[in-house]
Amino acid sequence: MHPILTELRRLIFYLLGWVPLAAMLAYLLAVPGGLTWWQAGAVAFPLCLLYAFVCLAAWYPCLATPLERASVPRFLFTHVAGAIVASTLWLLVARFLGRTLSSLQGFHGIDARLSGDLPLLFGTGVLLYLLAVGFHYVLLAVEASRQAEARVMQASLLARDAELRALKAQVNPHFLFNSLNSISALTASDPTKAREMCILLGDFLRRTLGLGEKLAIPLSEEMSLIHAFLAVEKIRYGDRLRMEESIDPAALGAEVPPLLLQPLVENAILHGVANLVEGGWIRLSVERHEDMLGVEIENQFDPEAPRRRRNGVGLENVRQRLEARFAGHASFAARATDDRFRVSIRLPVQTQELRVPTRGALQEKLS
Amino acid sequence: MTFHAGQKICAVIVDDEDLARQVLREFLSAHSEIEIVAECANGFEAVKAAAEHKPDLVFLDIQMPKLDGFEVLELIGPGPAVIFVTAYDTFAIRAFEVHAVDYLLKPIGAQRFEAALERATERLSGKLPAVALPPLELAAAARPPRQYLDRIPVRDGASVFIIPVVKLDYLEAQDDYVALASQGKKHLKQQTISSLEAALDPSRFLRIHRSYIVNLERVARIEPYGKDSYVAVLNTGTQLPVSRAGHARLRALLGR
Repeated sequence: MHPILTELRRLIFYLLGWVPLAAMLAYLLAVPGGLTWWQAGAVAFPLCLLYAFVCLAAWYPCLATPLERASVPRFLFTHVAGAIVASTLWLLVARFLGRTLSSLQGFHGIDARLSGDLPLLFGTGVLLYLLAVGFHYVLLAVEASRQAEARVMQASLLARDAELRALKAQVNPHFLFNSLNSISALTASDPTKAREMCILLGDFLRRTLGLGEKLAIPLSEEMSLIHAFLAVEKIRYGDRLRMEESIDPAALGAEVPPLLLQPLVENAILHGVANLVEGGWIRLSVERHEDMLGVEIENQFDPEAPRRRRNGVGLENVRQRLEARFAGHASFAARATDDRFRVSIRLPVQTQELRVPTRGALQEKLS
Repeated sequence: MTFHAGQKICAVIVDDEDLARQVLREFLSAHSEIEIVAECANGFEAVKAAAEHKPDLVFLDIQMPKLDGFEVLELIGPGPAVIFVTAYDTFAIRAFEVHAVDYLLKPIGAQRFEAALERATERLSGKLPAVALPPLELAAAARPPRQYLDRIPVRDGASVFIIPVVKLDYLEAQDDYVALASQGKKHLKQQTISSLEAALDPSRFLRIHRSYIVNLERVARIEPYGKDSYVAVLNTGTQLPVSRAGHARLRALLGR
């Protein structure tokens, strides 16, 4: 469907655009053409109204002959041929109109005089058609740039969505299912321990609540989240799970994206400890070097273990979140050597003022 | 084998978490007709226990050290009725394709457990149709599409070997078995060469003969051998016959 015909408002503006053209034609017919003003107007306005619609047909050859791809001969041929056809059609209508009008009072002999003006009419018809072609190319360009804009909008929306999804993919539900199964076992054999595990699980879940909305939390908070998580896992895995930590006290106050390190610990359990008959260790170290935090998580694993389905999903999520948040300012590396798997992360230290620049903080900096 | 009233059902519980085994033990304690003959914490132990005790019923976790539940089922064969027990619902379709009796999700409810147990006893007493096809063929068929084997578990009595496919030299059909040649040793696996062929990455493994699949990385050269036939010479010096169809496939794959 032609874009001008899809909306009444557009059509009205388009037709209004033809009013000066019709006036020009009336002038041509009256002054060099020798018609009276009244006659010229009566011929020019209906003819232009009709031609306005004929020229809309130029949309299709324009669509089929895109400026950036069509060859010059093809371009010229298409539009010149179009102009000749349209203008010839116009002439036939003009003659018919002249003949019809000539029977009316005050229009006697108009057909004969109009016949003399036919070359003038034909030339005007060709020019007007070519004008319409130019207009349609502008229309096409506008349409294309609008579509491109829409695509860019769509893409940025998708990117934002993906980022939000990644940030929200947090507590692994299978951790919950397995923990609940452990509690179910303990209710019969050791009710006290079952209650303890309920409380630990509740503690962990409460700490994760609302974290999806937060941009950053202090490392100390992330560490207590990890401890709550490990307390639950310790009941499931018992002595198989051995955690070693070395946290730089200077790093504890640094702000980090929430649930950034917990999935790495969970990953180390799922792909390391859980696959080892005798269990294994996980070593977590965090160091602060001026404005950067260095995090290392290393775990033992069985290189011959069966593949797990979620393999790599948790790590990829962390990598993407770092990329989305810090762009090129953070780094992420995962490496397996023999029976050890190590994830190393470097990220810039965020401070409260940097994260939310309040007016006071800004003024303080300026003074 | 069919069961009659009064006969004990031997069961094995396989789960790497002590507490998960404990739940099953507790639920089973109400059933005097069932005797737990072994509890296993990993895939190797499970295969060993299955070989020693020939259980009627196996409760099988899927994600475990050493071997996953599907690999265990592949190695213990179609004998016992198997109930998978896992926290993941994503394996359910695959589990039924290898003819598991049931699929229990953790945390396990008592009612759901009883229903699974009933299905298992019906299967064992012959009321439910037994496995029509050996599960190992099905295990191969149930593999997710476009994902080829990266290791092949092989059982020899009660011990299990895991052969990474990159360490395979060639595979040779021997009656109902396939001999897997790897690092100078041959391991026998009860499976058809065609089902293994389907499970191996076709860009790395090629059926060069009715009875042979070769790891293309091991092929040193192809030599003519008499009229219209060829042999593949491996890096190790081993010579394998190449059929005419095998030679055509080789040429198609190598692009000449």
